Amino acid sequence: MSGYAATLAATGPVIPNFGAHSSKCVVENRFFCGDWVSRNWDSVLWPALRQHVMLTAIAVGIGFVISVALALAAHRYGWLERPTLLVTTILYTIPSLALFELLVAPVGANIYAAEIALVSYTLLILFRNILTGLREVPEEVLDAAEGMGMTRGQALLKVELPLALPAIVAGLRIAVVTIIALATIVYTIYDKGLGVPIHTALGEGPFKTELLVAGGLTVALALVADGLLVLLQRVLTPWTRARAT
Amino acid sequence: MHQFVEAFEFIGRNGAIDGQSGLPSLSHLALETLKVGAIGVAISIVIAVPVGVWLGHVHRGSFVAINLGNIGRALPSLAVLAIGDAFLGLGLTVVEVALVILAVPPIITNAYLGVDGVDRDLVDAARGMGMSEGEILRRVELPLAVPLIFAGIRTAAVFVISTTTIASLAGFSGTLGDPIANETSYHFSGVLGAAICVAALALVVEGVLTLVQRGLTPRGVRVERDVEIGMGAPAPGLT
Repeated sequence: MSGYAATLAATGPVIPNFGAHSSKCVVENRFFCGDWVSRNWDSVLWPALRQHVMLTAIAVGIGFVISVALALAAHRYGWLERPTLLVTTILYTIPSLALFELLVAPVGANIYAAEIALVSYTLLILFRNILTGLREVPEEVLDAAEGMGMTRGQALLKVELPLALPAIVAGLRIAVVTIIALATIVYTIYDKGLGVPIHTALGEGPFKTELLVAGGLTVALALVADGLLVLLQRVLTPWTRARAT
Repeated sequence: MHQFVEAFEFIGRNGAIDGQSGLPSLSHLALETLKVGAIGVAISIVIAVPVGVWLGHVHRGSFVAINLGNIGRALPSLAVLAIGDAFLGLGLTVVEVALVILAVPPIITNAYLGVDGVDRDLVDAARGMGMSEGEILRRVELPLAVPLIFAGIRTAAVFVISTTTIASLAGFSGTLGDPIANETSYHFSGVLGAAICVAALALVVEGVLTLVQRGLTPRGVRVERDVEIGMGAPAPGLT
């Protein structure tokens, strides 16, 4: 018995699941084990990363559609702004861990509960940005559009929305980055995303390499997505570059 | 819906579970959550408000101040806690460090925006009245910036409650996240009950701080000046 305990103590933290191929680095749980990453990239990390992108894309996509509708309605009927802000602020304030569990009771522990929670966190950010963008369109520009004979719908599509694009993309950037960070908690109710390897690693010692890689991938994903949206905005609004500060 | 009934019964029993003794009461966990969170917010205020106010006063470092807020938002709290756990072991200190890392950016960003956004004409008028730089900061810029500075603190506070509960997933026990992370002992009704408590706690803190913010705002600027979101400005952040 004491011999067994001594062996355990000598080998340090037990890292299961890696079979006989575990390298010395992994067994000793050193700072970073490149060999573990290359061996588990295809089976663990890449699928988790892909799921994470999907979770985020679906949430921001649906959230964007809802927010555009809400913002257009509030743009037209000003009284809608306050109640919408109140509800979206409440949704935004509820901590993610709690909201996921609150949704499990009525919806079940599945992708729907995960996406409903993630979508609800995008609404406040996107709604406020889109509405602010629409409101910042100068009155004279709208007068000019009317003077050119545009209908209200044409003015919205051809004048207001393009001019609101920088604010809209700014909102999308915040929403995407926020959801990428929040999606790491999804694993508590639905076994997908980069939270899964973080969770596995926590149960194994914790296993440092996996924590660093999964956490690092989450941050890297957020930075890459943010950069892509900046590029998208440059492409979509060439006129802002001329007077960029 | 019977799950919600059971969850409220769990809350009514203050977190007691049949056949399980030695579990902490819900009110105890809630107070601990507030305590851990308050320490984190207090440290963050001491670090972040002076930095943000100073940057705003000299109108420099907008890129750093604004992007800091965005980078802070990209950090998943679970990963920050987990990495702290891996290298230092998860005690109160590591949790507080994680809370401060996550709470400092929104406070700096808001304090910067609040002071930087004060009407330059007002500052010029104050200078013309013979105020020193220190007086301008104390008697003109700070009072006018209070709503935004406080909005940043509010954001950070809600954020910190959220992260404190997530710390339970990383193995730090003693907060309202415990029942959520431990379904084996608490069953789903306990998980759900604790989730309701966490949500309520966050909403109450947000509500109370909103009222305090209103009280602190000078009457002259008590026009509804909501926190700006967008254009890189901070949203109430949560992760």
